[in-house]
This record gives sequence, C-alpha cells and structure tokens, in this order.
Amino acid sequence: MANKLINEMGLPKRMANIFAARNIITAKDALSLTEFELMELLDVGLAEVTSAVAHISEVVCPPCQTALYLMEHRAQHENLAGHLPTRLKGLDDALCGGIPFGALTELVGPAGIGKTQFCLKLSLLASLPPSYGGLDGRVIYIDAESKFSSKRLIEIGIKSFPEIFHKKGMAQEMAGRILILRPTSLSEFTESLHQIKLLILQQQVKLLIIDSMAALALGEESGASRQQALGWHVSFIKSLAEFSRIPVVVTNQVRSQIVDEACLYPFQVAQCHAGKKHNSAGYDSHLVAALGISWAHAVTVRLVLEAKSGQRFIKLSKSPVSPPLAFRFKITSSGIVLLDNIGMELKGSDINTIHFQGQNTLFSFEGEKLQ
Amino acid sequence: MEKKESSREIGEERIIALEGTDLDVSESGASEILKYVSQFSRLDGSSRSPATFDGAQTAWTMLSEEKFLPCITTSCLDLDNILGGGIRCREVTEIGGVPGIGKTQIGIQLAVNVQIPIEYGGLGGQAIYIDTEGSFMMERVLQIAEACVEDLSEYGHLRKDAQDSQVKMHPNNVLQNIFYFRVCSYTEQIALVNYLDKFVTEHKSVKIIILDSVTFHFRQEFDDMARRTRLLSEMALKFMKLSKKFGLAVVMLNQVTTKLIDGSFQLALALGDSWSHMCTNRIILYWNSNERFAFIDKSPSLKSASASYSVTSRGIRNSTSSSKRIKMM
Repeated sequence: MANKLINEMGLPKRMANIFAARNIITAKDALSLTEFELMELLDVGLAEVTSAVAHISEVVCPPCQTALYLMEHRAQHENLAGHLPTRLKGLDDALCGGIPFGALTELVGPAGIGKTQFCLKLSLLASLPPSYGGLDGRVIYIDAESKFSSKRLIEIGIKSFPEIFHKKGMAQEMAGRILILRPTSLSEFTESLHQIKLLILQQQVKLLIIDSMAALALGEESGASRQQALGWHVSFIKSLAEFSRIPVVVTNQVRSQIVDEACLYPFQVAQCHAGKKHNSAGYDSHLVAALGISWAHAVTVRLVLEAKSGQRFIKLSKSPVSPPLAFRFKITSSGIVLLDNIGMELKGSDINTIHFQGQNTLFSFEGEKLQ
Repeated sequence: MEKKESSREIGEERIIALEGTDLDVSESGASEILKYVSQFSRLDGSSRSPATFDGAQTAWTMLSEEKFLPCITTSCLDLDNILGGGIRCREVTEIGGVPGIGKTQIGIQLAVNVQIPIEYGGLGGQAIYIDTEGSFMMERVLQIAEACVEDLSEYGHLRKDAQDSQVKMHPNNVLQNIFYFRVCSYTEQIALVNYLDKFVTEHKSVKIIILDSVTFHFRQEFDDMARRTRLLSEMALKFMKLSKKFGLAVVMLNQVTTKLIDGSFQLALALGDSWSHMCTNRIILYWNSNERFAFIDKSPSLKSASASYSVTSRGIRNSTSSSKRIKMM
C-alpha cells in the first residue's frame, strides 16, 4: 500500500506531474513529508497540497471493517476462527482455541527447556489433515541453530498419532510437508524472507516457525544497527503473518539480567526518594528474555518456559485474551504434555521472570536425570 | 432611529464613518446614536464581546462547554475517579506501559463502553479502533462486550422505572459499532489519520478513536529522528483537530523504552521527549507489588494521582484489594 505509485492514483494531471518532477513517486515518499515541507518542495499553495494529500491518503488508507464482520468472516473461513490447536488443553482453552493466526507467538526459555520440542510438535500439528485437527498444510521451519531432528519428529508423530503414522507412506507425506531452511546469518535470513513470502502466498503454507530469532539477531554487531535490523524483520514478519493469516512462532533465548536494569519510571524513583514505600519488582532469579523491550512489545503472545524447584512450567505471560497463567509440563516421547489443565494465575514480577534452577543437570525426555 | 437596526449589524467602527456623511446627521446626533446602540449591545447579552477573533472563544464560554464534557467510563471506578469521570471527549489522551500491562485491554474496554446508551449514562456512540500491531483479538472483544451487556441489563432490572424502555443491546451490535482499521506501515498510519476527517463526517456517531499503538511503526523504520518528530507532531495536531471538531475522544496507546536519567536507566514512554508534549493527557500504567496501577503523569486539569485497576475475564474492573478495603470501612 505504501508503495502505490502516485501517477496511478487519479490525481489531477498538473499535480501528478509536479510530484513526479520532484521525484516523489510513491505514496510513502509523499506522506513522509509534512504538508508544509511539501508546500515548499513543490512550490504550490497549501490548499492544493492539502487536497492532494487528502486524495493520496484516501487511496492508500487501509479498508474499514466492522469487528462483527471480521469475527464472522474468520469463523466461516478459518480453522477454529483463526487458531492452531496445540493439543495442550489448558493452553488451548486459555488462548481461545490455540496459537492465533496473523500474529507473532514467542516461545522463550533457557537452553534445553523444550522450545524446539514444542516447535516440532507444532509443525506436525499443522501438517496433519483436518480430520485430525490439523491445518493440512505445509510448514516452513527456519532452523538457525541446527536443532531440527527429523528422527525426533517422526518419533513424536508415531507416539502421538499412531493411527496416522502407521499407515503406509503417511510419515513420508507428513514429513514431506515440512520445509527446513538453515540460514547462517541474519542477512541470509533476510534474503530468504522474500522467497519465503512467495512460498507462503503460493503454496498453502500454514505455519512459519523461526527457531531461534535470537540466534539470528544476536549474531549481528550489537547496538543501534542491530535494533534497526531486528525492527525491520519484526515488521516484515508481522505483516507477512497478517496478510497470509497464518500463525508465526518464534523462539527466543534468555540472558542474565543486568543488576542496574531499568524497571522504574521517573515518577516512581521520585516516590522512592520521597520515602514512599515502593515494592520494586525484585527479581530473585536473574534471567530475562533476550532481544530487548521493543521486541517484547512486538510479540502478540509470549509463552515462557522455565524450570523451578525441579518442575517445568509453561507460562502464558503475555496474551490479549487471557490473564497470565502457568501450567506444569513435562516432555515425553510424544512431545510436551501438560500436567495441569487449569493454569495457576500469576501476578506482578512472576509473570516475566524466568527461572532456571538446575542448569547443570541434563534431563532425558522422561524427566529422569541422566547424570 | 430605523437606522439603529442596521447600525448594530454594521458595527461600531462603521457608525463612526457614517457620522455626518451619508446619514446627514450632526456630530452630536451621531454620538447619540452610538450611545443608544452600545446600550443595546450590552443589554441583549449576546456573546459578542468587544474584541473577538474568528475562531477564538473566551474562557467563560469554554467553561460552560467543559462542564458538560461527556466522559467515557473505563469500567474501573477508581480509575474513573482520578480521571474526573473517565476518558474525556475533545481531548487526546496517551496511555503507555510495559508489554502485558493492559493497554490493549483498556483500549477494547473503551471501544465497548463508548456505546453504553445515553439512558444508562453513556454516550451511545461508535468507536474507531486503529490496530497497528495486530493485538485486537475478536474473542476478547466479544468477551468484554458480553460482560458489558450483562452488566447493563442487570442495572436495567434494578432501575424499575426503565422497565418499558429497556434498551436491548446485543453483543453482536457492540461489535458492529466498532470500526476496525489494520495499519501495516507508517505511511498507512499517516494516510489513515488524513482520511479520518472524511470518515467521521460520514459516521457522525463516532465518539472515540483508539490508536493501538501509535509507536510500533514509528519505532522501526526511522533513521532521521528529526523527520520522525515532524511527522508525529503533524499527526498529533490532526488528531487534536479531529477531537475538537467532532467532539470525540482520542486515545493513543504507547510503548515503553529505557532512558538514561541521572546516571541510572529508567523506563520512559517511547517516541522521545518532543512527543511527550504532544498529547493533552498522559497516563502511565505500571506494576506495583503485584497490582496494576495507572498514574496521571501529565494533565492540564487533572491532579497527579495513581489508581489501581485489574484486568479480568469481563474486562477492566476495580482491583479486588481496593474493593476489600472499602468493605472493611
């Protein structure tokens, strides 16, 4: 929309020529200048500029739909009104059906907690035929850390859906729907994004998984350029999800919290100094999600996986449709399994802190310690 | 004295010019006319004060307007109290906070509450919801709409006089009165703001515009911060104009960033210092010992205060601990 050409918008010929003469070709070029700047640049009066801008704006403006229309349209045309069920009952109930379409869902947690296991299960679920609750579609799996294990994928499939996978050739068909890409740098990933976009629009792709975003982004030089690059990718991936109405799942790493981490506003600091009691969100563990606060704003749903007192939890820590909830889980041969169907409500600092005790122990899939 | 009528219309300067010329009146006669006419202007109590500009108003006339400014309730009594009744029409209110604090929830609650019928103390209006991040989930809107309709019908039953004229609101009607725009770039955001004048002219019942969030597209793509500030400033002015022209409320949701102040990193609302001046009111949502609070950071007419609120399955409500306090009293 932003790249629509001005000379195709039906502006009066004189104005269209003036825009072209000053090298303002797309709507984005025109609207990136204030009306005053346009007046100066084009050397025309304010009234003409205002009416030209109003015309351009009307053409480029996104369409209006009532919330009712959207809801009914999605209920009719999309699987479960726009959700991919995870088969984890408590989580699906909290998310009103499952992982939402058209939005970014983040899985964040320390290494070895089960993020990739979750992603493998989701890939399978998306490729299953609708009679088994799947999306009957292809999956694009961006494997930046080389963690994808086809063997494990098939094992999960056989253990979770024995009826399908024991049929001849089904395993091949299901696994054949999952396309794995292994970019080694952010720029490679950026290049492949454009191809991915085409694939998504053409070939019935129903799920995009990026495992992990942190590995791609953190490989770049840090600082402002990394924030910029990440920002561009977030925008692109989000609008891709929107247009194609598919779920996008992104995994993220954790990092230790800097002791001096910003957690108060200036007015709270002033209250502290004035002696008012302020219960600062004291973190007793020191892990937080990587990629920063602007990333945290950009994701629509955030699932935090953590381990505390020997028990693993999956926390729905940010969601537009549910309060923050935590569920206990374990990893079995058929993937992640919830131990509670009703989550525990979380408040305050519990929501975003990430615990990982027992960092040095290895767990097998059955939860037994291996060492 | 038949000239008196036309004199009042012409204005006092012109009377002086007429003095002794076309009217063929002596100077003393002209000053008689002036005195007589000026008596009348004072007597008829018209609001035409001596020196008014086109488009200007005196503070007195504004006061009577402001007294009757409608407010949109947030469904949380404590929050409404610090806001002086609720989110005000004819003003631009910015609400910012960390991810997950409830900005979108408040936005959705307001989009539903603006529709509360006039008989129940609401505005009976429609809402425009501009979504830049894709966080507007239909299931949640339906939940909040259903809860609102239930609360209203319960209230309707209590009001025995309203039995006959009980307004039948259905959650689907609520969803139908929310106009949704999904914006995917800052160009579209600017284009939409420009287009809203025409849109609201065609949909006069719109009483609130919610922009969720103003930040997202402006955070990602700008190298030239000065340009960003100019564009944001123009956008804020346009929203201000819209709110005054159509008497509606504008609510802009903002994200958070970190800032180095006095040698330590602190939280601040995004988009920079110049942006912080552009909205009429500024509310910051934050966590304090496991409760959500709203703080009025900037307002020309409201006192700086904090109130706690909670996000429930029915929407924004009073926080449970504060209701406990009331019970104990």
